[in-house]
Amino acid sequence: MGELQLKDLYTGFRDPEVIQGYAKLIEEEAKKLSSPINIMEVCGGHTHTIMKYGLQQLLPENINFLHGPGCPVCIMPKERIDHAYILAMQEDVILVTLGDMIKVPGSKGSLQDARAQGADVRFVYSPLDTLKIAKENPEKKIIFFAIGFETTTPMSAALLDVVVKQNISNILFHINHVTVPEAMELLLADDECKIDAFLGPSHVSVISGSQIYDKFPSEYKKPVVVGGFEPVDVMESISMIVRQFAQKRCELEVQYKRAVNTEGNLKAQTLNENYFEKAPHFRFRGLGDIPNGGLKLRDEYSAYNAEVLYEELLKSELIDDHKLCICGDILKGKATPPQCSIFGTACKPSTPMGSCMVSSEGACAAYYKYGNLL
Amino acid sequence: MCLSIPSKVVKIDKERNVATVDTMGITREAGLDLMEEDDVKIGDYVLLHIGFIMNKLDEADALESLKVYSELVEKMDEQERQNLVEEDDNCPNRGK
Repeated sequence: MGELQLKDLYTGFRDPEVIQGYAKLIEEEAKKLSSPINIMEVCGGHTHTIMKYGLQQLLPENINFLHGPGCPVCIMPKERIDHAYILAMQEDVILVTLGDMIKVPGSKGSLQDARAQGADVRFVYSPLDTLKIAKENPEKKIIFFAIGFETTTPMSAALLDVVVKQNISNILFHINHVTVPEAMELLLADDECKIDAFLGPSHVSVISGSQIYDKFPSEYKKPVVVGGFEPVDVMESISMIVRQFAQKRCELEVQYKRAVNTEGNLKAQTLNENYFEKAPHFRFRGLGDIPNGGLKLRDEYSAYNAEVLYEELLKSELIDDHKLCICGDILKGKATPPQCSIFGTACKPSTPMGSCMVSSEGACAAYYKYGNLL
Repeated sequence: MCLSIPSKVVKIDKERNVATVDTMGITREAGLDLMEEDDVKIGDYVLLHIGFIMNKLDEADALESLKVYSELVEKMDEQERQNLVEEDDNCPNRGK
């Protein structure tokens, strides 16, 4: 094969023949297994690929996917969305966030609803777009509502770095960054946990390296394969996991070697460490409190922390989901969307009641879209 | 949200610390703030995520994966041809 072309990075990893090839390899390997295995794809990006390309249907009966909690929008608890809503409703505030947050309902409504009520809410493609908004509106407070797992954290840190270094006084931050390994540990601590192995989120490890999963094979005896998001990547990763079981190995492996190494992006990690530290607690919607599961601004940057500056307005009361919603069990891999009594009826992408229907990366939204229900 | 797009670097503006990248025909700018100085060069393949370059893609590794995949398909084709020959050999209607 000659030089790499940009299109190879797309088509080469979506080739139907290769997907079928891996399906056959997995089928052969799976015959050697003494019991079925449940593989949790932690990340919503993987759930999306699995549903879009119908990968579950290509696997033998003894290999199952469990859809995990790795969608930052899905795990955002209502009380944090209420914070965004309340901040957006302040007259001198422009609330800025990434587009994924548009529809997510809190107890007062979504940010889209706040906008309909007259609030100035802006959805940006990149955190850096906030700088332009701040420059054009010097009389306003611009609050960046930061969301995302490890993949997205350094981009917030990069914005913060500019704000601090250029001493921009009208940009503030509301930090909702969360981390993957702590959520995985919480799932494994559950007595009813059915997870046998993990498909590790690819772009989390682009930043944090594959090292963040070291403890899962060694301490928890659960194999992890860090895999890319293309369908061939997922199928190759599954074949690697099944082979580990067939050969009675339990290791951390990387399928997505073209983008992931052991250490990750050190410059991004340094930026993160400069500005953020572990929050002792972060409540994941559907999962509950996760010790060390989130990040917060370091105390020396409190002057930029909207949660500190608007403390009196922002309530800390916890708000649970609708009692018919089973997103908590879905995020833990205990249930699938069709098992929910309101899936596709009272709860749809246009009127989501639960977190997994809200984001396009949520398991319910993916089942709805690719289950021909749209 | 956590998806990221393979793109090719076509231009670098050192002063502003931004690169211009081509994402399957769409050209746009991406921040280099998360990359070490001079690490990214024109012609490099990178992953783009919410306006920033996250890392460089390892070309040799991508090519190696694509080679493994084409060998897998070849092997499968061979196996299928073999199966067809065997089916033909064992055909109960043979010789009638």
